[in-house]
Parts: sequence; C-alpha cells; structure tokens
Amino acid sequence: MGHIEFLLNGQTIRVDHPPLHLTLLDFIRARGLTGAKEGCAEGECGACAVAVVEEDASTGRSALRVVNSCLMFLPMAAGREIFTVESLAAEGELCDAQRAMASGGGSQCGYCTPGFVVSLFAEQHRPDRVGACDTMALAGNLCRCTGYRPIRDAAQSLGPAPASPFLARLQQPTKELDGFDVPGFSRPTTVDACLSILKSDPDARLVSGATDMGVEANVQHRRWSHLVSVEAIDELRGFSDTHDGVMIGAGLPLNEIGRLWRDAPDVFREWLALFASPLIRNRATLGGNLATASPIGDGAPLLLALDAKVHIAAQAGRRTVPLASFFTGYRETAMSAGEILTAVEIPKPLPQFVRFYKIAKRRLDDISTVAAAMALDLDAAGRVRRARFALGGVAATPMRMMEAENAVVDQLWNESAVARVQRVFDRVLQPLSDHRGSKEYRLEVSKSLVEKYQWELRA
Amino acid sequence: MKPSSTGQPVPHESARGHVTGDALYVDDLLGRFPNLLHAWPVLAPHAHALVTLLDVSPALAEAGVFSVLSQADVPGEGNTGANRHDEPLFPTEVMFHHQPVAWVLAETLESARRGAARVVVEYQPLPAVLTIEQAIDEESFLTDEHRIADGDVTVIDNSPLQFSGELHLGGQEHFYLETQASLAWVDEAGFVAIHSSTQHPSETQEVAARVLGVPRAHVTVECLRMGGAFGGKEVQANSYAAVAALGAWKTGRPVRVRLTRELDVALTGKRHPYLLRYSAGFATDGKLHGLRAQLYSDGGWSLDLSEPVMWRSLFHVDNAYKLPAVEVTGRVCLTHKTSQTAFRGFGGPQGMLVIEEVLAQAAQRLGLPADVVRERNFYQEGDVTHYGERVGEPSRMHVIWNELKASSEIEKRRAEVVNFNTRHPHQKRGIAITPVKFGISFTAHFYNQAGALVLVYRDGTVQVNHGGTEMGQGLFTKILQIAAGTLGVSIAHVRMMSTRTDKVPNSSATAASSGTDLNGAAVADACVQIKTRLAEVAAAIFECDPLAVLFDDSVVSAGGKSIAFAALCEMAYKQRIPLFAQGYYRTPDVHFDFKLARGKPFHYYAYGAAVSEVEIDGFTGAYRLLRTDILQDVGDSISPIVDRGQIEGGFLQGVGWLTLEELLWDATGRVSTGGASTYKLPSWSEVPDIFNVEMLPGATQPGVVVGSKAVGEPPLMLAFSVREALREAVSAFGHGDAVTFDSPATPERIFFALRRVRTERPALK
Repeated sequence: MGHIEFLLNGQTIRVDHPPLHLTLLDFIRARGLTGAKEGCAEGECGACAVAVVEEDASTGRSALRVVNSCLMFLPMAAGREIFTVESLAAEGELCDAQRAMASGGGSQCGYCTPGFVVSLFAEQHRPDRVGACDTMALAGNLCRCTGYRPIRDAAQSLGPAPASPFLARLQQPTKELDGFDVPGFSRPTTVDACLSILKSDPDARLVSGATDMGVEANVQHRRWSHLVSVEAIDELRGFSDTHDGVMIGAGLPLNEIGRLWRDAPDVFREWLALFASPLIRNRATLGGNLATASPIGDGAPLLLALDAKVHIAAQAGRRTVPLASFFTGYRETAMSAGEILTAVEIPKPLPQFVRFYKIAKRRLDDISTVAAAMALDLDAAGRVRRARFALGGVAATPMRMMEAENAVVDQLWNESAVARVQRVFDRVLQPLSDHRGSKEYRLEVSKSLVEKYQWELRA
Repeated sequence: MKPSSTGQPVPHESARGHVTGDALYVDDLLGRFPNLLHAWPVLAPHAHALVTLLDVSPALAEAGVFSVLSQADVPGEGNTGANRHDEPLFPTEVMFHHQPVAWVLAETLESARRGAARVVVEYQPLPAVLTIEQAIDEESFLTDEHRIADGDVTVIDNSPLQFSGELHLGGQEHFYLETQASLAWVDEAGFVAIHSSTQHPSETQEVAARVLGVPRAHVTVECLRMGGAFGGKEVQANSYAAVAALGAWKTGRPVRVRLTRELDVALTGKRHPYLLRYSAGFATDGKLHGLRAQLYSDGGWSLDLSEPVMWRSLFHVDNAYKLPAVEVTGRVCLTHKTSQTAFRGFGGPQGMLVIEEVLAQAAQRLGLPADVVRERNFYQEGDVTHYGERVGEPSRMHVIWNELKASSEIEKRRAEVVNFNTRHPHQKRGIAITPVKFGISFTAHFYNQAGALVLVYRDGTVQVNHGGTEMGQGLFTKILQIAAGTLGVSIAHVRMMSTRTDKVPNSSATAASSGTDLNGAAVADACVQIKTRLAEVAAAIFECDPLAVLFDDSVVSAGGKSIAFAALCEMAYKQRIPLFAQGYYRTPDVHFDFKLARGKPFHYYAYGAAVSEVEIDGFTGAYRLLRTDILQDVGDSISPIVDRGQIEGGFLQGVGWLTLEELLWDATGRVSTGGASTYKLPSWSEVPDIFNVEMLPGATQPGVVVGSKAVGEPPLMLAFSVREALREAVSAFGHGDAVTFDSPATPERIFFALRRVRTERPALK
C-alpha cells in the first residue's frame, strides 16, 4: 500500500504517498481548515491544537487528547480520528467552550483562540472530570493578548459536557492503531518487526511522539529518509506497578503514565506537572525523552535519583542498563544502532525522601536551567543509608553525583553533610553559560538546592 | 433616552469568528489564490559584512524554484525605510545577522527554502557593534542627543541625599501570535493589491508603491485583522509587503511572504533595550530636589521609529511626579542588530523606569515607605511638566491612589507581609503600589488625524470604514458601538469593513493608544452628518424641529410619532438625500517644539495604579505573583469587556517585560532567544492568583469621543508594581540596604540580588 487513511472531522481522508515531513497542520490548512494556526512551529504555543480520539489506558474509555498538529508528521495521523475547531460548532450552534470563550472577553486578536477552544473542549469532555475544568489543561496554549484571566473564567464556568455527537462518540470504544508501511514511513506493531526494519535500513530513525523531532524538522529543516514509528507497538505501551517496582513502557505518553500510576508519589506528580505542557505530554514519551539524551531533559534527573533502569531490545537479545550508565556523552547513550528502548523500570522500595526541583525562567512549560532530583533513605538515628543526587543542565549529560553521595552515606544528614555535598558540586560541576542562565547561577543554585532540600526535609 | 450602545459589555466583534476558526488572517487566504508563489529569504550569516558576490543562478536549478528577487528586479527605489529611507531591501552592506540579501520564490515553501540554501553569496565580514556600551565608546549613533531640561539641577549637589547609578533594561520581543504576513497580486489592469498584517496600511501602500516606482493610487492595501501587533507591525510590516508586491510585479503571480517564528524573531525589530544613567538629590522627607538622567537606546541597524520612541522616554521620565529640577538626555545607538521599533508604551516604559527606580532607592536609603515617597512627589493641580505641558486633572491620580490603597487593603496586607516574613526565613513577600501617568497623542502631531467613510443603505443597514486597524485591541468593537449609538440603530445592522486604503486615504498608524480617539471621532462625525440629514427628513414628516428628532433602537421619533430607521432611509433616498458621509477628526491644540523641547505634545493623560504582592524563594530566586489590584482611568468606558481586556493583557505583557522575557543576542550578533522554546512569554504561571481590576467610575474625559479615554498602552506600565514588590521582598532578606537589579528581574537576577543584600551590611545613613 502507498496510502494512509484517517478520519478528519468525521470524514474519511485518504492520502496517497503522504509526504514524510508534511505536518498535520499544513495538511489540514491546505484543505481549507484554517482555524488551527502556526504560531511557533515548535509545540510551545498550542495555536495549532487539534483533538485526537484515543483510548485512555487507565480506564479503557475513549477520550479526546489535544495535540500540537505542527509536531505530527502526516503519516502519524494514519488510522486516527482527528477533530479540528471547525467541527465543534454543530450546525452553527457554538459549543459550550466556544460560547464561554466568546462571551467574556476570552479572545482579543483571536489567533490563539481556536487552540484554546480545542483544549477547553477536550477538558470539558475529560471522562473522569469532576468539578470545574482544570485550567492547567490549557497550559499548553499561549495567549499574548488577554492576560489569561477571562480564559480562566471561561474554563471555570463550564459544567458537564452536554449530550452531543461527541459525547456519544466518546462512549464508543476506539480501535487500536494498525501497523503500516508507506515509502519513508513504517509503523510496526511488534518489537521484533521494528528491529528488523532497523536492521534492513540503517538510515531508518525511530520516532515516538515526535515532540523533539518535529521541532528539528520544522525549525532546523532536518529531513530523514525513513522514520519508524513505535506508536503501534503494544509492548511499548505497557505499565505495571508491583511490589518489586514500576515498569513503564517506553512508548507511553507522559500523561498516560500519570493516569496509570495511580499511587505515584507526590514528587512524581509535581515533576509531571512541570514536564513540558499538557499538549506535549499527550505525545511525548519517556523513551523518547531518555533516548534523545538531552543534557537538560527533565526526565533523567528524577529517574536517576530513583535508581531507574532502562530495558533495551536488540535482535541479539534484550538487556537492562542502569540509567546511571546510560548517558555516555553529549546526546549519546549506551544504545547502539538497531536497538530500541522498550521500558523504564523504577525499583521499589522508593527512597524515603525524594524531591525534584526545576529551575527555569518560567515555572510552567520551560526548559530547565537546572533540574535536580535528590533522594535519601535515613535510618532511625538519622544516618544516610542511601543518597542520590542527580542533576541536569550542569554538564554534557544528566549526571548522578556519586562522589557527593559517597560523601554523606553512613553519616548523619545535617548541615555539615550539606556542605560536603556542596564542596563536591563546586569541584565537579562544570556548567556552561547560555541564554537560559549563567554558569555561575547554575553552579550556585545547584548548591543552594541542596540547602533547600535539607530545609524541606526538616520541615 | 435609553442608554446607547456605548458603555455596554459587548463581546469582541469577531469573537464568534475567533472561537470557530472562521475569522481570517492573511495566511488563511492562500486557498483563494491559485498559482501562488511562496517566498523565503537568503539570510546573511554575519552581523556586519559587505556582500562581495551574489549568484542566484544555482537556486533557479532547484526543483520548484520560479524566480529569485534581487536589486536588479526593483523598478523603483529599493529601500523600505519609513522615514530616513535607510533600509535597503537588497543590501550590499549587511547590517544585522540574518538580514535577507535576496528572496527566493517557489511553488512550495519547501522548494523556496531549498532554493535559498543554494544561492551563492560571498561576504567580507566587518567589525560589528553589538552593545550599547560599545556604541557609546565608538560613537555609533543613529540620532543626535535629545534633551529636555527644567529648573536648576545643581540642587542635586547640595541635597541631603544624593546617589547615582546605572541600570540595564532588556528589550522585548512582540511575539504577536501571527507572524509578519503579506500576500500580493497584480490585477487585470496592472494594479497591485496587497493583503497585509499591518498597523499602518497607508504607509505599507506608500512603501510598496515606492519600491515598484508606481503612484500610490496604483497600490491598494487591505488588512482584515491582525493576530496581534503591539507596535511590531506599525512599520515592520512594510518591507515584507514590499517583497510580496515586488514578487507579484515581477512574476505576475500572487506571492505570499509569511515569516516563520524563527524568521520573525531573527528579522524584525523589538522593544528597545536601554542603558540608563542617573543621579538624584532628595530632601530627608523624600521630596525630590533634582534628577539627571542619560538614556541610551539600542536602536539596531536603522532608524525606524527610534527617534519618537526616545522622545517619549524623555517625556515620561516624570511618570506621575513633579520634577522640580531635571536634565534628561537621550540618544539612539546604532548597533548591528534588528531595527528596534514601536512596542506598546513606545519608550514610555523605559523612561518611567528611571523615576520609579530613583524613588524606590530614595525610600530605602531614607528608611521611608516607598508609597509615602511616591505620593509626596505626585503632581498637584496647576503643576507643569518638565516640557511645559500643564498636567490635566492630577486629582484623578490622587483619587485612584487612595481608592486603590483602600480597596486592596494595602496597609493591612503590609502588616501581614511583615508577619509572614518574620515567620519564614527562606521565603519573603513584598507588596508595592505604583502609579502610571501616560501621555495620549502621537508626538508627530500630523499623525493626530483620522478619516472615516460611513455608508447607509436604503434598508437602513450600515457599513463603516475608517483608517484604523484591528489587532485584537477591540477598536472595531468600539467603533461599532460608537456608530450604532450615534445613528441609534442596533449593532446587528452595522457592519465593520476591513481596513483598506481605497476607502480612507492617508490614514495614520493605528498606534499610540489613539485608535479609538481618532477613528472613533471620525466615524462619529460621519454618523452625525448622516443623522442630521435624516433628522430633517423626519422633521418634515413629524412637523417638528429637526433637533427634536430622536434616533434610538432603529426607530426615529418625535412628539409621539415614529418611523422605522429603514423606512426613513428609503424615504431620504427617494428625496435624493445622500446617505453616506466622510468623517474627519483632528486632535485640537497639540503642538511641540522639538528644538526648545517645550509644548503640549499630549491631548490628555491616562492615569492608573496597581498594587502587587509577590513571594520569593530565597534558595533559588524564583518567585510568584500572588495578587494584583488595579484601578485604571478609562474615562467613560465605551466597551467594558474590551477595556478590561486591555488592562489585564497590558499588565501581564508588562510583567513579562520586567520579569520573564529575556531577549538575548550572542557574541556573533545572532538573537539567541530565537523561538518560543527559548524566549518565554507569560503563561498561566505568571497570572496573579488573585487579579482584581476596576475602572475609575464617573470619569468622563472632556474633549474625547463619548467621554472615553485611551487604554491600549498605559496598563503595561502598571507592571512596575511587580518589579517594586520584588524589590521589597528582596530587601526583606537583607539588612536595610538599597536594593537594585537590572531588568528583566529573572530568577537568576533575583538570586544574585539576594546574595548581595545578605552579605552587605547596612549602609550609614
């Protein structure tokens, strides 16, 4: 086959030979659906938001997931059911989200508005929602005009989703994604099939949610000859939480992890809320985040502090690598060509005291200047049994500060211990200055965070 | 008489189109133009260089490339500079990193982009000026020094409190959600039509005509609406419209120029970064004796609007305070960067920051509450500014100040802040109140005029044309309310037309917060003319005095008799009475002598004040905005939803400029905060948890359309309250030293300010 099909506003769309790098946004706009706009082309502003029907992994129910259509390559739409803002006003009657946004000053220039409307519509239709809409569901949409207050009011004014064809649709199941191959794009359904594609085409590049690669394509004009999507591989979307540990499929979108890990520790919830934006979290995966090996990725520091391991599959067999030895250099990992990251394992028991700190110019949806995770197990006497200090943004890779850990283990956790950790930081950290922060700030704030951690443990 | 449609909380006139996605912007129109070509620029990789070779032929070999535009294609003048004609469209000397040296036209954007990569350009790099300090050292300036002086500033040298300092203010990226966009085509008669996202269609028309070498009448520019502008499309839209027009002229095909976000940030001008140097003298009671200030702005590579921006800074160094003696100078630096331009406030915010900084420091040095020092220096009735304009109704400022202090419970909360700070060694709160006085009018006095064309049809429905543009600020909504209210018809019967240069010629930019003052008055003028004619027709039927005829709710009546507005229009038509009129308005009595630096540049002043409370984390320098209370004077609000939106949105944009939005260039002159992932706009995390906004009641402004007042820019400067609250909170970590930090107050700057106040010992007073 050389074509893909998907449902767009209820209509079946067939595209023969879909261009690999054409974004879903450009595709729908060229079809005259110009409500979705390109505001930034890097998934930050949400002006391009569209809703995709997906199965909620935790309940099995259908749900609307809002995504940035600028970061979806068109072939990724195959087999999906997508709604744009144009579909929301049925027969000219505004939906609740539209009415609320329009009546109270929720739009000024209007350019970001369709994206906000889609996000708010999906939030109103969230299956497990109780009470008012959560304005944080709109945190992946930027507005330059209003100051957000009227949008907040609009969100808080909405009641339950009224009976509508959308609600009826969401009560029906959603079919799983099929595998397919078109020139330049493959979507295998098993790990083995994926590995053989990688073997047969050494230029093939794995793609998960494309929240990073989409930016590369749009902004740096990066082009690939062959992308292999892992989105239809069931095994990569697995999740289990047992006495021994938590196993997270590498291809699970971050928001799905949040829903599946029902008794996740507070630190995980705090971390998740600071990890990009809801629209990105609907697509981005832990596997993708770790495999890109960004020195400042938010995922690594917390997982390092939790002693996470990554599971890697190759044709030769499977192996497990501690995350602490996964990052081998700037944007380099222990994975070789032809391998695929299948799962992230967090062993139990979790440390007693875990905190995650993200230093950024903007609290929500920013890239870290410094990200830090700290974990301690203390015995009854206050002695350190296990210490983990992990940092991002201070070196070429996210790093565990084992020297600092050794400086405190088996000793009392007190101000002197903090000072020993700080002395190691002083000696070992070699941050750079860039537009996010100076090296002086990165170093000093990293040290200061140890004091903050100690202060919060005492409190 | 029932209330007219002005003053009603009417939603934005395009709200329905906004929420459905039906509202169209330039780049939504592509489907209407078959055979369209896409443009992509060839970008210079140097901040300053000579172009020694340009060979476009390899690009033409790229599949899909149709043409490449360069200087040889320009039939007219290849220069798009608005005032000084100092912006070559195809430069031989590159003046900023990423400056386009040629434009590739192709069947798809992808092809254009590939084609641009194949154009061969050779450069001879030249030394670049990249900072204000470097520009001062090398005497690299775009203007002479401008100066306003009043009183004897040597009083500073004898004042009980004297201090001086220096402050860096960062620029600001407009980040309108809709990037620069133009679409041009040539019609069957060889005339040029342009859809442009521009605040100034008449100037866009002029520049396009200049480049094509055709009379202005041969070019029509239309602006449906803009997806935000904030000043960034006052001048900077012109060159992209000119490229589209030139492309259409050369190829005969429609041409689309739309910048991606990366291009927009790399190519277009921003709010001017400033370097401020000041010295001040105070009495021990906090009364200002005198102020000296030198202002340097980073103008970038060409003049653009930098000169009036600097003048507005000089006008606003007083903010709401009487300066008994002042000498303030300003000069625009030429740097090899984007050409900085208008941005909401237009230099006013940078000027006002001088006095706010000085007063705050004086309060800390004198051990007085900052609000006390501020109010002791307020303008009083009869006071005259340092440029000779009598300050109108300063009592409004006093009323706002006192009412806001009461409604925000600032005294009680200040005590709570002290209590909180005592209990929390590592978190400190700060609360502050700051005022805004902002002059309304273009300082280029000929811009203070506007035209309108109102058309009434025989069925009583109305089309309104005027020279103003809609960028989200609600101008069209207010104009609809003014037109409907003046004609006494339902808003549903009035249609707002898009802004076109073939309806109203020689329009001014929609800028300086004056869109409604000028265009609204012109529309009202046209409506009154039509109404007067209709009243005579009606008076003849009713057998009454025309002045006794009332127009309301689409019914015309007098003395118990009435006729539907539509029927009256039909009757007037049959009587050969014209049902359309041109309206015109010019602001009375504004003048300024730039040589003497004296005059009355402003029609009136807008007033407001804000109280903000913040909490700083002492470990990281991170902070949160807990609460903001605002009281703003908008006169009699024409459109309360619109006005509140301008206040809230302007405030948060100001918060962004002062705290979060850090615009940086790297050592090669590239913008290093080039996109949404590196340049952070305010998001939900910057919205105050509690956000109370009120408008001053009973505030009719004499001499302005329906007693209203401009609201576009003034609220931006209410964000000073956040900077000052941060200063208070930083101070609470220390021992009483005066606190300062450059702007924006990023967590990093706050972190190091905390380090300084914790280590420094109290200075001897």
